[in-house]
Amino acid sequence: MTNNPYVYILIMAVVTYAIRVLPLTLIQKQIKSQFLQSFLYYVPYVTLAVMTFPAILDATQSPISGLCALIAGIITAWLGASLFKVAVSCCAVVFIAELIIPLF
Amino acid sequence: MKLLRLNKNNKTAFIEGMRNGIPIGLGYLAVSFSLGIAARNAGLSAFQSFAASFLCNASAGEYAGFTLIAANAAYIELALITLIVNARYLLMGCAMSQRMNPKTKLGHRLLMGFGITDELFAIAISRQGYLNPYYSYGAMLMSVPFWATGTALGTIAGNLMPLRAVSAFSVALYGMFLAVIIPPARKDKIIAGIIVFCFAASFCAAYLPMVSEISAGVRTIILTVVISACAAILFPKKQPAEEEK
Repeated sequence: MTNNPYVYILIMAVVTYAIRVLPLTLIQKQIKSQFLQSFLYYVPYVTLAVMTFPAILDATQSPISGLCALIAGIITAWLGASLFKVAVSCCAVVFIAELIIPLF
Repeated sequence: MKLLRLNKNNKTAFIEGMRNGIPIGLGYLAVSFSLGIAARNAGLSAFQSFAASFLCNASAGEYAGFTLIAANAAYIELALITLIVNARYLLMGCAMSQRMNPKTKLGHRLLMGFGITDELFAIAISRQGYLNPYYSYGAMLMSVPFWATGTALGTIAGNLMPLRAVSAFSVALYGMFLAVIIPPARKDKIIAGIIVFCFAASFCAAYLPMVSEISAGVRTIILTVVISACAAILFPKKQPAEEEK
């Protein structure tokens, strides 16, 4: 028996939405515990850092261009470029790197 | 209709959200293209893959889901995997809840929750002060439709987009992550140290035997919980109220 694709999609949608919306609706007060406060303060930085590296190396055709993008992103962000500029510099670096790499 | 009444502040936030949503939308369009190919392999139509992406807005979660649909898995199995792979959104939701104005209405919370993706979370949290729902709405408006459209296009057209373009676009998302975490690292040496540690730990986790067999979504959750907990113990943040004194 083949399951209904619309039921599949509905299950995915409901579960994903519940995960996202429950903390936002249920936690309405400021958390008092210093540990939990500090934990949640660090979560964004940790989770984004963990997701960036080494995944960025696998996102491109060659890990070298991914590494170039990582370096370009860190430098431009360090220098205070906007979100858009950092993202575009990373793309541009990959595009150029992948034009050059096949030459070697 | 109270939600739709915009004051000047909210209007500015909405426009800024739209502006910052554009690069995310472009990245989504490219990345979701490959997701559409996975959906096609699972036997979904373009409309179905569009619906799945529009309703879920989840990269890894949808990939995992499509793989299970392709295998004609049980419904409960799909529910469980979706829960596990997307559990990081639970953490992001908790982090966001602490940055919400306590007076924020339930309607706003329900709508904002819909837009917690890695990228939209990143740009929302990088702003100063309380999160403005209208900023999130602007960013969602410029990105979520692209995510869904890209998925549908991927299902229809498969591998039409040149590889090099996909390759270049796909790092846009990581560039945005860096734009969020690097500037605070410049000001705060502790955050800088934590980021370097995260890179190293995540690198090891991705390549060590045994650990690397765990799915990327679960690895992200484990690393996030462990590293954030250690950081919270070693470098507790003073409560904002205390800092003001």
